[in-house]
Amino acid sequence: MLELRKDVFADERDDNLKEIGKGTQRQDMLGHVTGTSTYFDDHKLQGMLHLKVVRSTHSHARLRRIDTSEAERSPGVRRIIRGADVPRNLNTLLSLINFGKDDEPSLAVDKVRYKGEPIVAIVADSPRDAYEAMAKVRIDYEPLPAVFDVEDALKPGAPVVNEVYPKNTFTYYETYDHQKLRFGDADRGLASADHVLEQRYQMSPIEHAPTETNGSIAAPDTNGRYVVYTSTQALFFSLDTCAKILDVPSNTFHFIGGTVGGGFGGKVDTLTEPLCILGAMLTGRPVRYQLGREEEMQYGPPRGAERIYIKDGVMRDGRVVARKIRAYFDSGAYTRLSSYAAVKCAAHLPGPYTIPDVYGDIYCVFTNRTPATAMRGFGVTAMDFAIECQMDKLSHLVGMDPMEFRILNAYRDGDMKAHRREAKNTALIECVQVAAEKAKWPIREEFKRMSSRKDGGGSRAAVPPTPREPHKQPVTASQQRITYDRAPAATREPPPPTPTPPPPSPPAPSHGATRFSSVFGTRRR
Amino acid sequence: MAKTALQFRHNGRDVAIFVDGGTNLLVALREGIGDMTPKFGCGQGGCGACSVLIDGELHLSCLTLAETVAGRSVETLDGIKDGPNLHPLQRAFAENFAAQCGYCTPGMLMAAKALLDRNPSPSRAEVVEAISGNICRCTGYEPIINAVLAAASGGRARA
Repeated sequence: MLELRKDVFADERDDNLKEIGKGTQRQDMLGHVTGTSTYFDDHKLQGMLHLKVVRSTHSHARLRRIDTSEAERSPGVRRIIRGADVPRNLNTLLSLINFGKDDEPSLAVDKVRYKGEPIVAIVADSPRDAYEAMAKVRIDYEPLPAVFDVEDALKPGAPVVNEVYPKNTFTYYETYDHQKLRFGDADRGLASADHVLEQRYQMSPIEHAPTETNGSIAAPDTNGRYVVYTSTQALFFSLDTCAKILDVPSNTFHFIGGTVGGGFGGKVDTLTEPLCILGAMLTGRPVRYQLGREEEMQYGPPRGAERIYIKDGVMRDGRVVARKIRAYFDSGAYTRLSSYAAVKCAAHLPGPYTIPDVYGDIYCVFTNRTPATAMRGFGVTAMDFAIECQMDKLSHLVGMDPMEFRILNAYRDGDMKAHRREAKNTALIECVQVAAEKAKWPIREEFKRMSSRKDGGGSRAAVPPTPREPHKQPVTASQQRITYDRAPAATREPPPPTPTPPPPSPPAPSHGATRFSSVFGTRRR
Repeated sequence: MAKTALQFRHNGRDVAIFVDGGTNLLVALREGIGDMTPKFGCGQGGCGACSVLIDGELHLSCLTLAETVAGRSVETLDGIKDGPNLHPLQRAFAENFAAQCGYCTPGMLMAAKALLDRNPSPSRAEVVEAISGNICRCTGYEPIINAVLAAASGGRARA
């Protein structure tokens, strides 16, 4: 009988997890201060080639002709990659959770939809060779009218940015062109309010500007797989996305990452890995593809801009009684993650306040601008900026202190939120009280005595009568599922003439638990 | 392309490499010598991630032609440790939580070292001035400034 000598290692961990209140060193700090933390670009591989992409010089144009013949003869060029070389040249990031339709090519084929969209990739011996060849690619554009404003994009006759979404809006549940929030009767609430304040808020796109630009290195491995060093913030998400685009099993790839030179949301879009791996597949050599600083700033996806119209009704005593919001999230030319951001806009528009009547319409709009992506609270940040500016203005309108105004309107435990979920563990009142104290901001005694745990619920727990609107029946989740099989496109079966009936609903789980999906907005068994 | 022979001192050791005409010092260090501590951030002299010392003076290696360091002494973050022991600045950065993603840290440390080498007890304003060419997108700079000041006062205490 072999004995595992656990006693040799017995003192290696004490299983004491009481860490709160103690300073704890980051596990990567020693690597950072000695410069030995390994970022993707710190791998120097034998025979490594360099990939650069030719990008669109137009915001919206048809591609009449792409001539790479001169570039192919340029010194040091190993391979020119075009859209037709990408096995599955259409993808949307959230398709991996069955959310949205494939709408974005890795390399543009017939049309470009934003300035800087990749059209041709060049794999060459050195970055300089790649740049020389890029200058020799001839692209014949037929410029099309472009649309850069979210509201213009929704007007009849606006240029269609992305043919997958001909109305220039993301389609939710294959039915709705926007996200709705309906709670009570906001029009009636506004009509009965002492004051109504309507304001427009607009923010700009914001670039993450990480010090390390997006990039990756892909190399053939010894066993037919590919090892990929990458700056991605989402290792497995990027791996799965590459497997889909390149139409290979996901175990083809060994992704190595985790040491990211600043991300903030700008490194989740799998911008470089698919072409980098394809370059390695087509040349049999390690390939490096790193965005330059100009590419990162100009064409790297930003935080999407939002335009928000807020109409609030407030009573003379300071109670906000109705809120009506119309908001537009600028997704740019492709969906990426903006469809989800718009869901979060809808979730955050009432703010941490109890408002009896709330109405919201949020549009995820396609324009000929750089596609937007995640960035630290995206979808929430702009909405919170708008509603808190609005709260300040409302407090001035009724002559109330802005801190006391927030305490008065704060949600409390037991209140019904506009999304029909009970408010629990609320703490806005306490936060405002502490903030006022720290800032030495005087608030009246009665507001110092208020508590999130008192005076909530009761009539505030009710869901108010909400006018019904005519609407189309949404298709069920099983019908929405996007077809995705691994068969090559040419041999794929045509769709069956009649839709298959939805499968019977699964039996209720015995444990009684339900899971809430923030993406689908439904409780799922 | 014609290659040029290039000899210089790298962290106290003589090195010799061949470089293409027009190669910048950042590429020569990373690809020619294999010293990965200077980082590429912008290639335009805007971010400071590639900062190195040339004959003790702070320079942006991405804007320095490699051939111009022939016969000179180049110091990078890879050379500031004393054997296995961290430099006081490295220790202070670690203790003051002055790195998050770590990508600007090599350049930041070289800028700080250039400062402390010429001014062992700088004021806060002098620290801010010294690192003003180095962009950090994570920390908000305060922990870095505190770390440099801590390293400086640590040095004073020992003196």
